Amino acid sequence: MTVQELPGAAAYRPTPPPAWKPLTDPAPLLPDPEPYRVLGTDAVADADPELLLRLYAELVRGRRYNAQATALTKQGRLAVYPSSTGQEACEIAAALVLEERDWLFPSYRDTLAAVARGLDPVEALTLLRGDRHTGYDPREHRIAPLCTPLATQLPHAVGLAHAARLKGDDVVALAMVGDGGTSEGDFHEALNFAAVWRAPVVFLVQNNGFAISVPLAKQTAAPSLAHKAVGYGMPGRLVDGNDAAAVHQVLGEAVARARAGGGPTLVEAVTYRMDAHTNADDATRYRGESEVEAWRAHDPIQLLERELTARGLLGEDGIEEARAAAERMAAGLRERMNADAVLDPMDLFAHVYAEQTAQLREQAARLRVELDAEQGQDGTSGAGDGR
Amino acid sequence: MTTAAMAGEQTDRAKPATMAQALGRALRDSMAEDPTVHVLGEDVGTLGGVFRITDGLAKEFGEDRCTDTPLAEAGILGAAVGMAMYGLRPVVEMQFDAFAYPAFEQLISHVAKMRNRTGGAMPLPITVRVPYGGGIGGVEHHSDSSEAYYMATPGLHVVTPATVDDAYGLLRASIASDDPVVFLEPKRLYWSKSAWSPEAPVEVEPIGRAVVRRPGRSATLITYGPSLPVCLEAAEAAVEEGWDLEVVDLRSLVPFDDETVAASVRRTGRAVVVHESSGFGGPGGEIAARITERCFHHLEAPVLRVAGFDIPYPPPMLERHHLPGVDRVLDAVARLQWEAES
Repeated sequence: MTVQELPGAAAYRPTPPPAWKPLTDPAPLLPDPEPYRVLGTDAVADADPELLLRLYAELVRGRRYNAQATALTKQGRLAVYPSSTGQEACEIAAALVLEERDWLFPSYRDTLAAVARGLDPVEALTLLRGDRHTGYDPREHRIAPLCTPLATQLPHAVGLAHAARLKGDDVVALAMVGDGGTSEGDFHEALNFAAVWRAPVVFLVQNNGFAISVPLAKQTAAPSLAHKAVGYGMPGRLVDGNDAAAVHQVLGEAVARARAGGGPTLVEAVTYRMDAHTNADDATRYRGESEVEAWRAHDPIQLLERELTARGLLGEDGIEEARAAAERMAAGLRERMNADAVLDPMDLFAHVYAEQTAQLREQAARLRVELDAEQGQDGTSGAGDGR
Repeated sequence: MTTAAMAGEQTDRAKPATMAQALGRALRDSMAEDPTVHVLGEDVGTLGGVFRITDGLAKEFGEDRCTDTPLAEAGILGAAVGMAMYGLRPVVEMQFDAFAYPAFEQLISHVAKMRNRTGGAMPLPITVRVPYGGGIGGVEHHSDSSEAYYMATPGLHVVTPATVDDAYGLLRASIASDDPVVFLEPKRLYWSKSAWSPEAPVEVEPIGRAVVRRPGRSATLITYGPSLPVCLEAAEAAVEEGWDLEVVDLRSLVPFDDETVAASVRRTGRAVVVHESSGFGGPGGEIAARITERCFHHLEAPVLRVAGFDIPYPPPMLERHHLPGVDRVLDAVARLQWEAES
């Protein structure tokens, strides 16, 4: 490309000294123009049938989980639920691609990834139920708390992966973010840190088309979100986010690269949010039914089911079995979520500091008096009786 | 630690040191004692920090333990969160008060809350060092006193030393704390040494205790960080006027030492809170309210505040008019007498 010089510009514009040159050849970092696909292509020949069947079972279970959780919002059992229906392939692949020692950094929509990684389905919902924030020990499961602020968990993933490598541990962190989250400053800072530190991190952007109501075209002018990688000096990969085999393969390669010391990768999975942003959102205000229908024809479960059926790996029995397992999970979830949570209001003060300050002890005593008075009034021993 | 090193330090400590040196030594001693302590920030490595607090750490402990990061405060603190999640004890440098603002979301939404969010499962032992305050002739964005923002965030400890001994002891305690600490360094005291020579051995005080720096009977000056020398000077000057002023150095804004403050005010019956950050919505309002609630019947005058004006931090050629000096403190003390007589 030639740049037109202003008249006389050469006279004052200094030429960079010869030592200066770009550090990285951008070509290998650039994503392919089309999202990578496996299902329905020649690439499927290399896919492990056992993995495909496992992905299928998890996808069916995940879809059922989304439906059950959404139903629980209607019954008032959940304060809110951001469904990932339509995005299950990304969620499941993210969970299954990691080893037990690795860490997952989910965003608020990624409950399914946490559950597919082995988290108790009820513990994964405490935040959304409203009884406590994080209902599990992050260290025990190696799953960071579901993160509500956008992209702020990405630098955490970088720091953790960096720390693990400093300690000599063979640990990879996988951090999930949505298309809207890529506009946040923390996205930029995390990717930049990761690349400079060559941290063993994989960033998975689930581009589901909308940041609540704002479409991708109003979010970014980049050719694709995967293209952003090149500016940081890391590879960007574009993948069909509804193709579970493709997402698993691309993430698997990125994780392997990170584990081998090759540094971070940015993966953009192109997918679609079939439900509204949450149960509190009206998606008809910002998108038409025809668009939703077009994506329905590209459903992640159907894509995989077709492939497995065509290859004779899955029959009616297998489909029925997957559905029955999903039903059992849903029934268990329903039953346990319908039990009223037992909460101790005194826990409000329990985990602010390692040791309560004098001020908090005073406030706790005040609440104790209020609770005792309540108990005296209605004669019950309900909440507040924990200790 | 070897006996020789101990002896070396004793000798070292017998000489007057600056606050900057004491802070650097606290970092070094913490890193030597605990291999999980990591220092990170902009310019902390090769340069040793713009105030040279981290001088020599990268050389002594390697760049993995004292790391020059990209220039991005949210990234620095966010990475520190992840490092702490994996069991390290990061000490972050924010370089200047106003440069810490990009990291506010990380600080408020994650650093302060992780213990609470995880029901106690995941505390974050992070120390955030913030050089703060004015009086060094810095241009804009280099002289803010941002303590009120930090104080308003439950889950954070907010600590600020005013002496060389405390700079060492409180930084050691902050790094050892299992809770996140915002460690505010009064940058105009970085080079102070003559007034407070460190004595060996230096006691590491637990966070949260105020101390009476000068006993007195007629009124209490409550202050911290950069305003402590101002208050001590005012107390000396007030002797001529017949005032015997007690000076309380808070050292920790969160947790707040109600006991020491209330005990002093009950003795003296009069109180002035002195700090250089803006008065409206500032720490002085909170402190005055706490004193009033606890000591109302002992008070012989309203609790007064001497604070910076409610203006954006002024340009350096005008900052002396903004910063509360000895005269402004003495004027407040005089008003205490008027209240008492009226």
